[in-house]
Amino acid sequence: MADMRLEIVTAERVVYSEDVSVVVAPGIDGELGVLPRHAPLLTMLKPGEIRVVKDGEESFMAVSGGFLEILANKVTILADTAERVEEIDVQRAEEALRRARELVEASSGDLDLERALALLRRSEARLKVGRRPRRRRNGAPL
Amino acid sequence: MASVRQLRRRIRSVENTAKITNAMSMIAASKMRRAQEAAVRGRPYADLMRGLLANLAAQPHDEEELHPLLRRREVNSLALVVITPDRGLTGGLNSNVNRAAARFLLDHGGDESVIAVGRKGRDFMVRSGRNVRAVFTDLGDRPSLMDVTPIAHLVVEDYGEERVDAVYVAYAEFVSTTVQRVVVEPLLPVVPAELRTQDAVGYIYEPESHTVLSGLLPRFVEMQLYHQVLEAAASEQSARMVAMRNATDNANEMVEDLTLLMNKVRQNAITSELLDIVGGAAAVQAK
Repeated sequence: MADMRLEIVTAERVVYSEDVSVVVAPGIDGELGVLPRHAPLLTMLKPGEIRVVKDGEESFMAVSGGFLEILANKVTILADTAERVEEIDVQRAEEALRRARELVEASSGDLDLERALALLRRSEARLKVGRRPRRRRNGAPL
Repeated sequence: MASVRQLRRRIRSVENTAKITNAMSMIAASKMRRAQEAAVRGRPYADLMRGLLANLAAQPHDEEELHPLLRRREVNSLALVVITPDRGLTGGLNSNVNRAAARFLLDHGGDESVIAVGRKGRDFMVRSGRNVRAVFTDLGDRPSLMDVTPIAHLVVEDYGEERVDAVYVAYAEFVSTTVQRVVVEPLLPVVPAELRTQDAVGYIYEPESHTVLSGLLPRFVEMQLYHQVLEAAASEQSARMVAMRNATDNANEMVEDLTLLMNKVRQNAITSELLDIVGGAAAVQAK
C-alpha cells in the first residue's frame, strides 16, 4: 500500500516528518484513524496520543492539542506541543501529573479549574505515551 | 603631561576593557546564531498556520457571525506591545525601538496603553509616564512558546472584552547581522492572507469551520507574537555583537595611541635626564 507523508510541527520545531501507512490521532470528536488517500480534512485535536505505523512498526507520540490537516495525501499536525516516546521522562511526567491533580483540588472558580483540568489531561496523555514500550515490532496494522 | 607610569596603568585598563568587550561580542555571536535557528525552525508551523487561516477565513459566513478576533472596530483605544531586550550594551537598538514606539503612540494619541516585554522598554515607558498595562521580563536568550503564551492571552482577552480596539507590536526585525529594522505591526484584529481561488480547499471540517476557526485564531496570535519575540532576540544579539566588536576595535586603537604616547614620554624623560647628566659633567670639568 502506498504511504502518505506525516508531518508533526510545533511553533518551536519540526517533531516528525516521515512516510507512514497509518496515523491514529485524538480528534476532538473522537479517535481518528487516517489511511493513505484520505479526503481533505481539517480537525482539532485534544490532548492524547498519536499512533503511527511506519513499515509495520508502531510508534507513539504525545500531543497536547492542536490541529490536523489532511491534504493531497499529506497529513500535517500543527501541535501545541508534541513529544516522541523517547523524549518523555516518565518520572518527570508522573511528577507533573501529581502536581496537576493537586492544582485541580486546590483550584477555585471555573477558569482556574478549567486550566487545571487542561493541565491534568495533558499530563495524563504524556504519561500514557511515556509508558509505552520504546519500540514495538509488527504493530497491529489496524 | 602624564607620567610613564600613569600611561602604563591606563593602557592596561583599556586592554582589559578590550578583552571583556571581545568576549561579549563572541558570546553575542553564538547566541544570535541560536536565535536565528529557532526562528527558522518555527517557520513551517507559521506557514502552515497562515495557510489554514486563509482557508478558514475564506469560508462563507455573514458579517454578524464573524469571529471577534477578525472583526474590525472603530479604534478608540489601542494597546502597543513593545518588545525590547532586558539588557543594554546593544548600540542604538534599545533607543531606536523605544523611539519608534513613542512616535507611534504620539501619532495615535488618545486612549492607549503599553504592554512592555523586556526591561528596557518598561523603564522607558514608565519614565515617560505611559499607561503601562503589563510588564513581562526575563524571557531570556532563548524564549520559548510558553514564555509568550501569557502575553498572547492578555491581548486576546483585552481585545475580546473590548478594552482595546486594536493591538500593535513594536520590535526590531532581524534583517541581517548588521541591519535590524524597527517595525510597528498590527497584531489584532487578525488579518488573514488573501486566498487565491485556485488555492481554496474543500476541507471536511470537524467540528464545523467556525469552531475550528475560533480554536485557531488565538493560536495564530500566539504564534505571531512568538515569532516577533524570536526576531527581537536575534536582533538584540546581533546589535550587541556589532556594538561590542566596535568597542573592541576602538579600545585596541586607543591602546596603540597610548603606547605611542608613552614611548614619546619615556624618550623625552631619558633625553632630559641625559642632558642633566651631560650638563652636570660639563659644569664639573669647567671648574
